[in-house]
Amino acid sequence: MESRAFAIAARGVRKQYAGAKDGTGLNGFDLEVQSGSVCGLLGPNGAGKTTAVKILSTLLELDDGQASVAGLDVMTQARQVREHIGLVGQYAAIDEILTGRQNLVMFGRLNHLSSRQAELRADELLEQFALTDAGKTPASKFSGGMRRRLDLAASLIVSPSVLFVDEPTTGLDPAGRREVWVAIRSLVATGTTVLLTTQYLEEADQLAHRISMLKEGRVIAEGTPDSLKSALGGDWLDIVLRPGVETATVAQIVKLVACGDIRIDTQANRISVPVTDRMRALITVTTALSEAQIEPEDLALRRPTLDEVFLHLTGPAGAENLLEVAS
Amino acid sequence: MNSTLHTSGRVTQTISPIARFGWAIADAWTITRRDLTHWRFRPGAVIVGWIFPLMIVLMFGLLFGGAIRVPNGGNYFEFLMPGMFATTMLFGLETTMIAVTTDASKGVTDRFRSLPMSASAVVLGRCTADILNSIVGLALLIGAGLLLGWRWHAGMSAALGAVGLLLLLRFALLWVGIFFGLLAKGPESVTSVQILVWPISFLSNVFVSPSTMPSWLGAIAQWNPLSATTSAIRQLFMNPGWQAGSWVSEHAVLMALVWPMLLVAIFLPLSVRAYRRLNR
Repeated sequence: MESRAFAIAARGVRKQYAGAKDGTGLNGFDLEVQSGSVCGLLGPNGAGKTTAVKILSTLLELDDGQASVAGLDVMTQARQVREHIGLVGQYAAIDEILTGRQNLVMFGRLNHLSSRQAELRADELLEQFALTDAGKTPASKFSGGMRRRLDLAASLIVSPSVLFVDEPTTGLDPAGRREVWVAIRSLVATGTTVLLTTQYLEEADQLAHRISMLKEGRVIAEGTPDSLKSALGGDWLDIVLRPGVETATVAQIVKLVACGDIRIDTQANRISVPVTDRMRALITVTTALSEAQIEPEDLALRRPTLDEVFLHLTGPAGAENLLEVAS
Repeated sequence: MNSTLHTSGRVTQTISPIARFGWAIADAWTITRRDLTHWRFRPGAVIVGWIFPLMIVLMFGLLFGGAIRVPNGGNYFEFLMPGMFATTMLFGLETTMIAVTTDASKGVTDRFRSLPMSASAVVLGRCTADILNSIVGLALLIGAGLLLGWRWHAGMSAALGAVGLLLLLRFALLWVGIFFGLLAKGPESVTSVQILVWPISFLSNVFVSPSTMPSWLGAIAQWNPLSATTSAIRQLFMNPGWQAGSWVSEHAVLMALVWPMLLVAIFLPLSVRAYRRLNR
């Protein structure tokens, strides 16, 4: 099979919803995910992340293009694909009235395990996801993080070779988010291929080996988190000013070395400057600052964050969304 | 048959149609048992569903009943009970719709669809659970009716035939419920159906005879599928109120078969289409 090396492969996938607003479909979506790796699908709301997951997990039919999962075509071999995948959708898809354990046993039975196997597997998973104590409680009494973990456990009943996780931490508090991250990392250690969608750059940076950035239904950048950061070219010079210092004056100074748009964060009193020659930039700026008798609070050179990569690549539409994420 | 054993123990096979059918039944039973477990964990909702028709019986039988005269004579309570049996089947529509909509909006339906299980099992499981629910509800209402003095005056086979017609109506309404449940955007939209159930049951021969209504309204009431089943079971139970002189009431049993079959013929394909359209 040609796409054996790739656990997930998509080429030129198009999907338009009848009568839907622009941008929520896919518009020539390409993706290749190596077996055993974690791919982060990153993009703002409406970029097509969920559409991509639904097509790859056989819940939606594509209009055009090709997609395969575990070497099986999602359109013509949908049933076989379902034997190899696990899906963690955007909502914790568990039965709220049943207990945690009853949920897992039920999904085990629906995965065609014998009732003994299903019960054994349920207990295993409850332990793996630190839910043993909650196993006898109805899922409606679970916290957000516990629900997500139960949801993850339910999609791992048959150890899928490919797992789709759609925005696993949206709506969770920081503690819940950490719980879910730990759970996903432990999965990755077992060799499962994971496709993870998120609008949080930090999350993709933390969990994914490779990241595909999605905008308006197509991948606009792909690579390791590091390579995406260096794709922006150079480093960033961050200057944090003491209260009362005019940011405009300093902005004039750093223009000498800037190789792109300067970003000014007035709340944090911080100016970020993209630079190409790091040492020259550092010396030029420190000299100019001392000549102007401005002593900064902090001054540092650093690699760009994924936020900056994302802003750079997606433009104003991305920026709006990032403000929301950053706040 | 080639088969490989996964680490977790599931056997993947190129399965024969017979084995596939076997799995569909097993999956359906799993889904049914899930619903039966719901009864155990949330008995409140189920019990209220069973008791509610009884409340209506008491309200109409004892409060309003004294003021209502059955055309051609007869006891109002005996007139009312068959109508309430049929109305109970109509109330079941809400149960189906709520279950279908809740699963769809919580992502449970999507999880089922991502599993290698048959789509028909989801529906078959729903069907079994809902019919069981209606059987219990009907049994309770029949028991309560007997306690309050309702009797059937025909043989056991006619009575069982009446129960069969009631369950046939419930089966037909199941598909209506699945269709509108898949169409609904969330459990909130079920409220509108809960309201619509009332005009449907009042615009029938359940509570009063259509001959007492303005003639055009009476005609609509007579052709209501609920009236067909009600007339037919009044006839089978030999309870008063079915001997009206129109074509529909003279062919009540026939209509009580035709209407549900027509509903199934319309809503079963619509439901299948709505389920398939989930992947568009």
